Amino acid sequence: MSWDVYANVVIGGILTGLVYGLMALGLSVIFGVVRVVNFAHGEMMMVAMYLAVLGCGTWGVDPLWLMLPLAALMFVLGYALQSLLVHPFMTRPDHAQFMLLVAVGMILTNGALILFGPDARGVQVDYALDSFEFGPLLIDKVRLYAALAALAVAAALFGFFRLSATGKAIRACADNYRGALVVGLDVRRLFALTFGCGTACVGAAGAMLVLLGDVTPSLGPAYTLLAFVIVIVGGLGSMAGALVAGVLIGVSEALAGLILVPSMKSMVSFGLLILVLLFRPQGLLGRSA
Amino acid sequence: MLSGRGAGVSTLLSVEHLDLFYGDAQALSEVSLDVPEGAITAIVGANGAGKSSLIRTIAGIERPRAGRIVWRGREIQGRASHEICDLGIGQVAEGRQIFPSLSVLENLEVGGHLPRARRFKSDGLAQVFALFPRLAERRSQAAGTLSGGEQQMLAIGRCLMGRPELIMFDEPSLGLSPALVGEMFRIIERLNRKDGLTIVLVEQNVAASLELAERAYVLETGRVVMSGSGAELLNDDRVRAAYLGL
Repeated sequence: MSWDVYANVVIGGILTGLVYGLMALGLSVIFGVVRVVNFAHGEMMMVAMYLAVLGCGTWGVDPLWLMLPLAALMFVLGYALQSLLVHPFMTRPDHAQFMLLVAVGMILTNGALILFGPDARGVQVDYALDSFEFGPLLIDKVRLYAALAALAVAAALFGFFRLSATGKAIRACADNYRGALVVGLDVRRLFALTFGCGTACVGAAGAMLVLLGDVTPSLGPAYTLLAFVIVIVGGLGSMAGALVAGVLIGVSEALAGLILVPSMKSMVSFGLLILVLLFRPQGLLGRSA
Repeated sequence: MLSGRGAGVSTLLSVEHLDLFYGDAQALSEVSLDVPEGAITAIVGANGAGKSSLIRTIAGIERPRAGRIVWRGREIQGRASHEICDLGIGQVAEGRQIFPSLSVLENLEVGGHLPRARRFKSDGLAQVFALFPRLAERRSQAAGTLSGGEQQMLAIGRCLMGRPELIMFDEPSLGLSPALVGEMFRIIERLNRKDGLTIVLVEQNVAASLELAERAYVLETGRVVMSGSGAELLNDDRVRAAYLGL
């Protein structure tokens, strides 16, 4: 095989990986601040994907235009979930929180099954098969648009945490919980905002992912697991780490599909996970504890 | 209990019959005290006497089982900590509790995040930097890289950013060198005398805090066992024997 085949596969992997990275970023932000592991992350993504499919099918809107409304809607859902349901569990042991969010995930999966049935649904856009040509390189339009949108959302979130007063207050909560209470931060509200930001990432990523593949109700756990692998490889709580690891997983899965067989691509990402856990347990860009 | 209150001085904060439990263990029992406006009130006692618990309960971080906390005539017990801070009750907590990975400037900004203080952020920063020029020099440095004394200044500056009327200091001299301890007491005195802030001072440094305080309370195993003016307690034989080693 000539080099341009590899180059095309790598580029495709990078672009898909950025969307994965955005999804994982949501998980990382929630864990980094609220210290709750969102075991319903992939299920929320599945819900966002169905909403994108519905919006696209009903009104014929391009899913990329649905990205912001979906992010806003998922923000509200995440905010409500944290302040009403997760918050009372904050002082309970980890396994209680774990079961709570696993239960939320199961409810979402089975709710989708009741509403939409088990069959795969997808969207069609008129530029689905278009691509940009740069010499021998072919870049899918959908992938490129989705990846650029993912980068934009990630940059916006990064800017929010670095520059806005609320973002700084959220980082303060993550840095020293007692300190946050001492200076009078409304920790409950800030945690709900953070959870909302995390699920908004999922909403935006969901709108992009329907362009790259179909959605079924059972997709949730696979995406939860994928988000976990990415976050652990990148470093828990590191925003840049989530994007970098997303790209790494995207590329390695794409290359594995080309060099080995497509059904073995998960082996590569889990292999990567094991290597990271063995040799750099804090993750590629994580701070050592 | 001695009343010791001068004419015309109003009570800013009073605590009445406060009970606090951690599980089954009682940390505070029947604690009552008054904090006169514009004064320094010291709370002294041995480790584990309940001094920090008392401050944390007033600040709304712990929930009392019984009793009242009254601020300017209004009951505030049971309110959330961010609401209590927003009334003007600030705190410089034990162990400083700064945000280590945020910059010095960000620490101060977060301190000014309270609704009551948001409009005054730039004034507050100017005031804090005038009081602690060292913090201005290090404004973009991560707070965790500061020395112990600088971190204590940052904790005080961060509290001032919230425009408090009352500051509760919990062991501000803990872990500081003797020279810095003196500096810390001068700063507290200045905040009281010059800026008119009411101070509650919890200190292991009993002699220095009693010298500074108009009013003082001695806590033992969660109870108030003695109270009076700072000078009275400083000359009390029991206090001298138990806390001053005299």
